[in-house]
Amino acid sequence: MTDLTRLTAAALSEKLASGEVSSVEATRAHLDRIAAVDGDVHAFLHVSDAALETAASVDSRRAAGEALGPLAGVPVAIKDVLCTVDMPTTAGSRILEGWVPPYDATVVRRLREADLVPLGKTNMDEFAMGSSTEHSAYGPTRNPWNLDRIPGGSGGGSAAAVAAFEAPLALGSDTGGSIRQPGAVTGTVGVKPTYGGVSRYGAIALASSLDQVGPVTRTVLDAALLHDVIGGHDPRDSTSLTDAWPSFAEAARAGAASRSLEGVRVGVVKELDREGFQPGVHSLFLKALDTMSAAGAEIVEVSAPSFDYAIAAYYLILPAEASSNLAKFDSVRFGMRAKLPNGGTVEEVMAATREAGFGDEVKRRIILGTYALSAGYYDAYYGSAQKVRTLIQRDFDAAFAKADVLVSPAAPTTAFPLGEKLGDPLAMYLNDVTTIPANLAGVPGMSVPMGLAEEDGLPAGLQIMAPAHEDARLYTVGGALEALLEEQWGHSLISQAPNLAFGEEFAAQEGAV
Amino acid sequence: MSQNSTGPIQPGQAAPHEQITTEQVSHLASLARIALTPEEIERLTGELGAIVDSIAKVSEIATPDVPATSHPIPLSNVFRDDVVGETLTTEQALAGAPEHDGSRFAVSAILGEEQ
Repeated sequence: MTDLTRLTAAALSEKLASGEVSSVEATRAHLDRIAAVDGDVHAFLHVSDAALETAASVDSRRAAGEALGPLAGVPVAIKDVLCTVDMPTTAGSRILEGWVPPYDATVVRRLREADLVPLGKTNMDEFAMGSSTEHSAYGPTRNPWNLDRIPGGSGGGSAAAVAAFEAPLALGSDTGGSIRQPGAVTGTVGVKPTYGGVSRYGAIALASSLDQVGPVTRTVLDAALLHDVIGGHDPRDSTSLTDAWPSFAEAARAGAASRSLEGVRVGVVKELDREGFQPGVHSLFLKALDTMSAAGAEIVEVSAPSFDYAIAAYYLILPAEASSNLAKFDSVRFGMRAKLPNGGTVEEVMAATREAGFGDEVKRRIILGTYALSAGYYDAYYGSAQKVRTLIQRDFDAAFAKADVLVSPAAPTTAFPLGEKLGDPLAMYLNDVTTIPANLAGVPGMSVPMGLAEEDGLPAGLQIMAPAHEDARLYTVGGALEALLEEQWGHSLISQAPNLAFGEEFAAQEGAV
Repeated sequence: MSQNSTGPIQPGQAAPHEQITTEQVSHLASLARIALTPEEIERLTGELGAIVDSIAKVSEIATPDVPATSHPIPLSNVFRDDVVGETLTTEQALAGAPEHDGSRFAVSAILGEEQ
């Protein structure tokens, strides 16, 4: 029998629709896989105890002839930043340990309405602050390609879950690259939609002018199918766009079917392919450009000089907004409350709770944000950063006048060893150099696997960016490129990942002797 | 540097290499309501200095003629109809609270002895 965990969501949904496989079987296969490998990978903070029951109800409704959506019965993992009424939601923080929200995030509600089967909640850097998932209060996630390496961050849990075949689909959130960079270093696909394209209602806010929720998958088509489910206007999110979005699945299928980039102008952003990037990542990027060019794309170089200031602007805007957003963790309405020997005033309890409940990186960014927003510094720091944002948008506008999509490596290196950058916040911040500009400008971006780097045999990703509202273009171009690369390789990149199930195999061998 | 580096800096002006002090970090921590330990204040003072040095470069290109962008895709006047919608029940709202009396959140003393 086929290993159901190896199937793409698209393939699995066909088998579910035809009745060849039940959702209970598919869900059980993924729960078994989680049981076998997640002790090593630690992608999940919580595994649902309702998954099989949900799957059974989808199966019985399908058996009764009910018309179900394209992903009905397909399991999905959910980043722990998204509120779920039936599972704890911690955002990777001690301060929210055990908290069960009184409502579902809109994207979660849409998953349930489309009859997907939530498998559990995935690990993340605390409040999505980080690029390695090492800042989770519950311990790091490990990269399925090499368990001594980071899975990227902040959504390392979601990326590792799909890379390790623990789930075909996952949701992530991307404030400065938290979907795309983990995608790059785990050989998976991640999409940050246009700002406002997907509802953030019920997503625990990090930086409200940057955050976007998006799909984390192993293929471009699967990302498109999931985006189709979660996207669209939500009156509960006042930043939600009212666009009538096209079918992203159709865009991805059209791209893959054409295997052509005829007439597509692909802009290479000079500032996003720098000296200092890992040589193996750079050479994969050049190869991907050759592939696109051979498929008919016109490669043009574009310059975006203010991108050199993007990280600086980001590390002012993000901490400023985060320090405001995280003020809600006040030990009154939800989360932990520290006990003081003398009882203490409400302010003392609040300060003690935040001291005990927040990790180092969260404290660092709250203090930095408080500094950037203080009287006398506001204009020079936060105000200037907002001006840089305007300049970055102008650079994008100029670049998109010359190119239909922009490309760059999705991350400057492959996955680095756990612990390597933990003591150096600035080095950690540089991991997002290629992904941050898209968040500052609100444009959509995708990371798609582009090969294994020659130095270390680890995956690298290509980032594709499109103008705001043109998310469909990512899926058409990404779908075509993925098909072309897989044709060259003769297989998908993720099929080359180590099997990981040594726990299981070992147990089997033990049993044999 | 010729300019006075103790006063607030203006956009378009090079950021001063101001030394961040432990007193400043301690004040920021009290504004942010985090009871940092002396060791944390010490460590954060050094880290913050290095981070601020590297991000202060934003003022190099943020000249007065450039308008600020607060929101990547601005929407204006996002209103909903003024009708009663779905809201949380009291029970739901209190469900995650560390302490409550059944109808209200409970907290410790608002004022300290010296207040």
